[in-house]
Amino acid sequence: MATQHSRIAARFMVAPSVVLLFLWMIVPLVTTIYFSFLDYKLLVPKPSTWAGFDNYYYFLTDRTFLASILHTLAIVLGVLFITVVGGILLALLMNMPFWGQGIVRVLVIAPFFVMPTVSALVWKNMFMNPVNGMFAHIAKGLGLQPFDFLSQAPLLSIIGIVAWQWLPFATLILLTSLQSLDGEQQEAAEMDGASVLSRFFYLTVPHLTRAVTVVILIQTIFLLAVFAEIFVTTSGGPGTATTTISYLVYIQSLVKYDVGAGSAGGIIAVILANIVAFFAMRMIGKNLDA
Amino acid sequence: MARSTTTNSKVIVTIGAWLVGFLIFFPILWIFLMSFHTEGDAIKSPFAMLASPWTTEAYQAVQTQNSYGKFFMNSVVISVGSTVLALIIGIPAAWSMAFVPGKKTKDLLMWMLSTKMMPAVGVLIPMYLGFKVTGLLDTRTGLVAIGTLINLPIVIWMLYTYFKEIPGEILEAARMDGASLTSEIIHVLTPMALPGIASTLLLNVILSWNEAFWSLQLTTSDAAPLTQFIASFSAPEGLFYAKLSAASTMAIAPILIMGWFSQKQLVRGLTFGAVK
Amino acid sequence: MNMTLRALLGATALLTLAGLASAETTITVATVNNGDMIRMQGLMDDFYAKNPDIKVEWVTLEENVLRQKVTTDIATKGGQFDVLTIGTYEVPIWGKSGWLVSLNDLPEAWDKADLLPAIAGGLTVDGELYAAPFYGESSMVMYRKDLMEAAGLTMPDAPTWADIDKAAAAMTDKSKEQYGICLRGKAGWGENMAFLTAMSNSFGAKWFDMDWKPQFDQKPWADTLAFYLHLMNDYGPPGASNNGFNENLALTQQGHCGMWIDATVAASFVTGKDSTVADKMGFALAPDNGLGKRGNWLWAWSLAIPAGSAKVDAAKAFVAWATSKEYTELVASKEGWANVPPGTRTSLYANAEYQKVPFAKMTLDSINSADPTHPTVDPVPYVGVQFVAIPEFAGIATEVGQQFSAALAGTTTAADALAAAQELTTTEMTKAGYIK
Repeated sequence: MATQHSRIAARFMVAPSVVLLFLWMIVPLVTTIYFSFLDYKLLVPKPSTWAGFDNYYYFLTDRTFLASILHTLAIVLGVLFITVVGGILLALLMNMPFWGQGIVRVLVIAPFFVMPTVSALVWKNMFMNPVNGMFAHIAKGLGLQPFDFLSQAPLLSIIGIVAWQWLPFATLILLTSLQSLDGEQQEAAEMDGASVLSRFFYLTVPHLTRAVTVVILIQTIFLLAVFAEIFVTTSGGPGTATTTISYLVYIQSLVKYDVGAGSAGGIIAVILANIVAFFAMRMIGKNLDA
Repeated sequence: MARSTTTNSKVIVTIGAWLVGFLIFFPILWIFLMSFHTEGDAIKSPFAMLASPWTTEAYQAVQTQNSYGKFFMNSVVISVGSTVLALIIGIPAAWSMAFVPGKKTKDLLMWMLSTKMMPAVGVLIPMYLGFKVTGLLDTRTGLVAIGTLINLPIVIWMLYTYFKEIPGEILEAARMDGASLTSEIIHVLTPMALPGIASTLLLNVILSWNEAFWSLQLTTSDAAPLTQFIASFSAPEGLFYAKLSAASTMAIAPILIMGWFSQKQLVRGLTFGAVK
Repeated sequence: MNMTLRALLGATALLTLAGLASAETTITVATVNNGDMIRMQGLMDDFYAKNPDIKVEWVTLEENVLRQKVTTDIATKGGQFDVLTIGTYEVPIWGKSGWLVSLNDLPEAWDKADLLPAIAGGLTVDGELYAAPFYGESSMVMYRKDLMEAAGLTMPDAPTWADIDKAAAAMTDKSKEQYGICLRGKAGWGENMAFLTAMSNSFGAKWFDMDWKPQFDQKPWADTLAFYLHLMNDYGPPGASNNGFNENLALTQQGHCGMWIDATVAASFVTGKDSTVADKMGFALAPDNGLGKRGNWLWAWSLAIPAGSAKVDAAKAFVAWATSKEYTELVASKEGWANVPPGTRTSLYANAEYQKVPFAKMTLDSINSADPTHPTVDPVPYVGVQFVAIPEFAGIATEVGQQFSAALAGTTTAADALAAAQELTTTEMTKAGYIK
């Protein structure tokens, strides 16, 4: 269908993006790989020396490395679960006719505009604190013992905070998708006596599949890098209960200022992220064809 | 009869939706409320805080310590600049991928997204050295460049999925009429793609506005955006909730107001290929 | 669309160009967002009057972000800053690396000899003063006089840990959300480890022996941790494993804490206008165990000039002004003596006006009782009271801090936490080449 002419033109149009992104990928990647083989500590003023695979060895044998993979996965999966399920329910609600749709919609998407550091500080101090927090006051009002969220359930608390920030994004995309749902089909099904539930499962859910995969893909990219929420609330603890891969890389790079180990950690994180992304992308790639 | 049931259910849905909206918005409302109290009152129990006298003390303190204007302008320039630049580079790419797809188009898209997988903290030192050598440290140019590269994959992705839904026949027709490639893009495609472009712009401005790693690490004063404004109010020795709340309110407000006015736009174009 | 794009681009270009021209020397000062530094920014007219050709550009940041940026910049010779605000931990390490400009040649009138010896000692490497102290702090016990009285107890000026234990038990009433003692629990080398390392000194513990072997497998550390956990579990507030300075400050100001052992600068906050217990606070030295060392630390936020700065003269003029006696007087005349930056100069504590400030004497005594060059009961190969002045310390102590914070949260036992601390410290010290 496309002519030779337009094919060549198309190449020229894609080229700038590809070249830029290629440079943006390859330059940091190559320098990082280079640094990952050096014994290079910022605070030790001696010329850096070749370290071989030492940095990788130390990073991979770090006592928290395996746990940090699990924590990362738990955060990604936990947040995805909450935002997808919550997002579908919210989108269904937002899609119904009611007064003040515009205002409510802004209220619902507002958490997306809050910087992660601020939302983490607010949740930690104003809501989850077992003495002064809102939840503690509610618990005391009901005659219950306040729950110490960040010590007793640190990972779940962080998942909650992050999910609050990403729920609006999921809701928006799912809502957009819902709005394109064929109204006539719905009505026909209703005429045929299909129940609300079966209409939901046989019409709405299949329609939303693509939107859900998009939510999963985009969010996964951002969720793998969650950092500020952990740093502000628990500093990776108690113990290492909330230390994720990116937090581990942070400790190497900006607490220990060990550029070599931080770079090795970065490379390992990229490899792991790409493994995760590989599956996510295959899934979405298939869905996009349809 | 039928009408009154719909009205009834609309009332119920309205109450439910407002309640849910309120709950989700509540933490932000709380930041706003807290910003109008003194530091001492802000750490009291919720009801005691609300009952205490209102004051704009925190805002005054914030304004005397840091001039909001400079940070605000930097945030605007960086987030809008990087998004617009990403659009300029990304629109042709997305267009050609959508209308002249090759065998490798899908792979190319996936690869573009995968460039976002590098953990920023792991490449800080190489980037810092690079910025130092090129003299880009603490310049808006440098941050716009980084922002563009960070946004580009998402921009292309969003536009690609949006462009794909534009029926090819219209372009064929335009071509039959002898329209050149450029005029095809400007006169036929762009108007149709406008909602998609608009929501891409909005979403990426929001993402850039909140980007807090590079904007903190690569700027000092001249190019420092609102993320650094926030960082100068969090966790000093001493109480800071009211001042942080005031600073946060000032940082969130512009983007929230923008979101308010453009939410219809945002919802309409935010398809990511999710709509069939 | 095209028009909009062009307009936006034009605006971008214009804004990038704006703010280029300026004639005088502009120095960039990186500083932490603590009250004393914020106050200085409001008093700059005095500096400009004396130095009309120098303009100061402030970069004010929270401590963690500041430390990251400043360290990255100085280590890569980025040259973004002309004056840095750094602490007693960084100065000896950076000074030794040749990253800082010596301040030995500050003007005679600046009076180097007037600096408190404990503070100046921590900022000097091989006879060169590498940073000028802006304010100094130690740690001490802040307690509720009314609660002590109600319990029929009095707090000695120099309490022992046994006194603290007794007082904490007597003041605790959890049903009223009254907790006998509040201490830091949040993981971090400058958070719980600052407190625990200082505390361990009074228990006869140390980080390393003379061969740089970690000492977490020794009894003094086990005693330290056990006593800390006992205090916090039996008398402390819930959620303590996430509490740092500010969380405990909030608890104390609302009257939830019977005692709080933390930085001396907190004294001006707990007696300040936002505190509900301002008139009920008493102060005492940090506790000891009769071994000759007290559990208090020593810290000085100081101004230093990076070796890469192209504006050393202007930077020196600023540093000399900000840390001078005249600046202290300026603050006193504008904001009262209670608000002057404390803990750096002998002359300040000799001032009759300053002696009227309720916590002045206790602050001076606390600072004087800390000795960074001999921090522990046994001899050690390192300098630093609540830290070990080696580049590796921040990383190691942060990870050890995570272990101790877990022990406080109850997710691991004290014995396991100590074993883990010993293991990871040994690994790091071997990796860094201290242990052969």
